[in-house]
Parts: sequence; C-alpha cells; structure tokens
Amino acid sequence: MIWEFLANNSPALIIAIPLIAAFATSLISRVSTRARNIWVILALVLTEIFVIILLYQVFNFGTKVYVFGASSYNLTLPPDSGGIPIRIIFVVDAMSIFMAFTASTVALAGVIYSISCENEQTGQDKYYTLLLLMTVGMLGMMLTGDLFNFFVFLEINSLASAALVAYRVDRGIAVEAAFKYAIISSLGGLMVLFAIGILYGQYDALNMAMVAYRMQATGFSNLDKIAMALLTVTLAMKAGAIPMHFWVPDGYGKAPGAISAMLVTTTYASLYGLFRMCFTVFGLAANTVTLGWFLIILGVLSMFVGVTMALVQHDIKRLMAYHSVSQTGYMLLGVGVGLATLGTTAFNQYGLAAMEGGIFHLINNSMYKGLLFLTAGAIIYRIGTSDLDKMGGLGHSMKYTMIFFMIGALAIAGIPPFNGFASKLLIYESVYQFNPILSIIAMIVSILTLASFVKVFHSAFMGPKRYDVKEVPLPMLVGMGILTFFIILFGLFPNIAMQYLVTPAATALSDPVGYITRVLGGGSL
Amino acid sequence: MNLDFLTPYGFWNPILWLLVIFVALLVAYLIWLRGNSRYKKGTEQTKPFLSGYAPESKEAMMVSASNIYWGFTSTLKGYYNFLRKMHTGDIRDYLGWYVGIVAIMLILYILWGGA
Repeated sequence: MIWEFLANNSPALIIAIPLIAAFATSLISRVSTRARNIWVILALVLTEIFVIILLYQVFNFGTKVYVFGASSYNLTLPPDSGGIPIRIIFVVDAMSIFMAFTASTVALAGVIYSISCENEQTGQDKYYTLLLLMTVGMLGMMLTGDLFNFFVFLEINSLASAALVAYRVDRGIAVEAAFKYAIISSLGGLMVLFAIGILYGQYDALNMAMVAYRMQATGFSNLDKIAMALLTVTLAMKAGAIPMHFWVPDGYGKAPGAISAMLVTTTYASLYGLFRMCFTVFGLAANTVTLGWFLIILGVLSMFVGVTMALVQHDIKRLMAYHSVSQTGYMLLGVGVGLATLGTTAFNQYGLAAMEGGIFHLINNSMYKGLLFLTAGAIIYRIGTSDLDKMGGLGHSMKYTMIFFMIGALAIAGIPPFNGFASKLLIYESVYQFNPILSIIAMIVSILTLASFVKVFHSAFMGPKRYDVKEVPLPMLVGMGILTFFIILFGLFPNIAMQYLVTPAATALSDPVGYITRVLGGGSL
Repeated sequence: MNLDFLTPYGFWNPILWLLVIFVALLVAYLIWLRGNSRYKKGTEQTKPFLSGYAPESKEAMMVSASNIYWGFTSTLKGYYNFLRKMHTGDIRDYLGWYVGIVAIMLILYILWGGA
C-alpha cells in the first residue's frame, strides 16, 4: 500500500524531497556540520531512488502523468474542466525520465564530492541549499508538462546556478561571471515568458500537449513563429550553443568544481527544453526541416568553434567549458538530423539512429564532462591554480585523480571502449547518411578534442614533480568514482543504456502525437 | 544478453575489442621483455636530456600548455584572430549576438517555419 502510494506520487516526490531538504538545510546546519552533510546526501539519494522507481514505471507502463491537486493523480481532464487540462501536470515520458536520471546522478556525485571539497569554505549551508534548489530547477524543467511551470523551474534553476557561480565571493572574477550569467538568464527567462504569453493568448492554455493540439488544429500563425523563435533561440543560448555560448566559459570556469559538473546538466535541462519545444510543442505544426537545420547549423558551429577555442586555452576549467560547448554540438547535430527527417522514410533509415546518438551522447557527456570538471576541481583544490602553465607532475602524487582524468579524457575524445565512442559512432554513421560532410566535421572535432586533452594531461600530470601535494580526500574520489562507473558501464555495455534509456527516450521524443494523446486522453475535446 | 551494439552500418562489440587490445598488449609486453635490461632507476640514465644542456628549472623541462600547439594556432592565425575579436567578454556583446540570432531566426521562421 505504502509502496504503491510512493510509486504513484514519485513525480511529485522527486521535486518535493530536494525542495524541502533545501529549506531545511540551514536549520539542520545549526545542529552540526556532519548532520547537514548526511541530510543533503540523504535527500539526493532519496531523489535518485524515486527517479529510478519512476524510470522503472515509465519503462514498463509508458508515459506517466501526474496532476497536482486533482482528485486522482492521473485525472488530466476532470469532468468540470471544459476539456482543458487546467491543473499543473507533470508528463513523464521516457525522454523526461532519461534526463531526470542523468541530472540526479550527477547531482548526487557532485554533493558527495562537495563534502570534502568545500569543507573549508564559509557559507556551506547556503551552498547546499542552493545546490538542492538547482537540482529542483533541473528536475522540474525535465518533468513538467506545463509551459508556465517550465518557466518557473527555469528561473529557480538560473537563480540558484548564478548564486553558486558567485559562491567564491572572495574572487571578484567569480562574481563578474555570475553577474553575466544572471543577466543572460534574466533576459532568457523574460523572452521565454513572453513567448509563453503569446501562446497562452492564442490557445488559452499553458499545458504543452493542449497548446500543441490547438496549434495543429488552428494552423501555424505568425505569432506562433515569433514564439517559436523566442523559445528555440533562448533555450539554445541557455544550452550554450554557438554563437550564444559566451557565458559558458565564464560561468563554468569560475564556479566550484562540483557546480561546474552540475552546470553541465543544467545546460542540458535547457537543451531538453529546446528538444521538447521543437518536437512536442511545435513539431506537429511547424516545418520540422527548418527547425532541424536550425539545430544542425548550431550543432556544427558549436562542435567546431568550441573545440578550436578549447585548444588555445591554458585555464583548465575554461578549456573544459569550451569542450562542453563542443560536445553539445554533437547532441544538436544528432537530434537535428532526426528532426529534419521526421515523418519521412529517412527517419527510420537513419534519422532515429541519429537522434539516439545525440541523446546517448547527452548522458555520456554529462558523466564524463562531469567527471572531468571534478578532476579539475581536485587539481585546483590541491594546488590552488587553474592555470595549466603552472601545473605539472601531479601524476606522481595524485594517481587516482590522474586515472579518473584519463578515463574522462579518453571518453570525451571518443576512444573505445569508453562511452563517448558508442554515442559518437552512432552519430558518425547516421549523420554520414544524411550528409557526409557533417559527419567528417564531427570526426575532425573528435581528433581535436583528443589533442586538447593530451595537452591537459601533459601539462597537469606529466613531467617532474612541481608540487608536494597528496591525493584528494575519499569523498571527492567517491564522487568521481560514481561518474566513472557509468562511463565504463555505458562504454562496455552500450546496449544496456540503449535498451533501457536511450531508445525509449528517442522514440518518445519523436512521437508528439503519443505525448498529446497521453495527456488529452485520445485528443477528444 | 547480446553484446553487439547495432549501428546503421554494422555493429560494435566493446568486449571483443577489449580482448583484441589485451592480446596486442600481451604481445607488446613479450617484445618488451626481450629488450635491454641495463636500465637503472635514479642514475644519469633517468635524467632529462636537453641537447646536453642542464635544465634551468623544473618549469623549463616542460613545454608549457600555452605553447604546445603553437604551430597549429600560428597557421590558423586569421581564424583565431576572428574568434578572439568575437570573445570580448563584454556582456553587451553577448546580448547583441543573442538579439541578432533571434532576428535571423524570426525571418527564417516567417519565410520557411510553417509546415
């Protein structure tokens, strides 16, 4: 009975647990630091457990809806609602839960890592409160089926992230980076709200499925096109796509190590939003070829410019931040090819595989890029600088960190048998059938990525011993170990990720009719 | 469980790949065993050799990160100059790019955005 109750309410609990934990953190901090640390870890472990429960439900029983405040949790259209889903509804399809699993795993690794990494900093209760709120924002964006609710979670996420970028307030440059991130996020949020207002004004609804249904029924107006431009470009900016990526190296570069890792999944929450808008909200009414090429062009630009900018960086975190931009390009390219071929025979031939590649790359990159940021944080934690020119010889004393770095670096460069290879292989082969030049660019970018990480490895770990330091504390190694586990698991057994996470996610995302039908009960209004 | 990871053109089996790598490493190790065994740790043999000059400092023994791909970046000087000009660090420029892309996409969507 209790298990059934918990399982049925898992979408709400995934948000409620970190949210309540966030506001209680300051109180528990007054008891003791140890109690606070246990509390925060426990909250994210519980969140992860409920995400896995929900993942099991979605995998076995299909898309799950959760209606807040209704007499029954799955009553999307109450008899007296006039056929409109008036309440806030979480719509958890395989894509949503795939994203939630990625975000909650990285958050858990990040918080365990932070226990040691941040233990000498002041304001830790605020740090953990904001970290939990950041998690709430991400998860909310991924689970909600309501446009305004999406905006609210986007704002929660942006505010918490900006505050965490500025966490090291003693370094003025961190505050400057946070200020830029806050400005970009505020403008982005405002434009998202404006676009939602346009859609609400036309369709008298905020539910994504309802808006999509009515948009298709009444035809695609110029106002819809304005809303589409505002939503897609803003979310692309929040996802760090070039040429709107400038905030990424600033923000990622100055945030604490664990927060940089979580900022990766934060940007992917926006990337998820972009995909959701393109496929579910506008997919039935808009020209998906135009939308697909929008993603492809952003993807190719992001891949190439990101990696070439990374190659010339000598700050380890800025270098990794540019790589993050570059890797996002792979996802945009893969999913863009899927979108451009949606509804054609090419979609079944290679479009779906391209989407699977892009989506698989999303979880892979979250894991290895998260790991790389944690290793960068570990280096900075020990030697106090992020300048590669001042590093060297750390492999003598930080052997575990070096091994974790090597695994992350090989994975991001697409070297087998790590997870990056599997997703890149899917992207190369499927995109090659769409346009060989795009695939060749993707391969060149991979080579440049390897070159860039060879540079980092050489500069940080090779050479004579320059610093008399020891390995980082155990919790930091555990945080890195969690992400390494998934890198190796998805690398050696890509079929596991494909079968249980990626293929269901790609199939769900490419099926807007199924999404609408699940919410509107067959679409009969 | 089938370990073959199917792709549009064929398949990929990481376990098989690992086996091949293991055999290759084994062969490499056997070759290494047949090599010169006069290597001694902590002697002149293990000191860095910089064309006969003594290294000035530990820092000078390594090529610094900023210089590693000097040839590559010098060849692409024009491209990198353009990118550096683009990355001003000024928030007004960040917003300018965003507004520009919104404007371009608005025009493109109005022309070709409808189904």
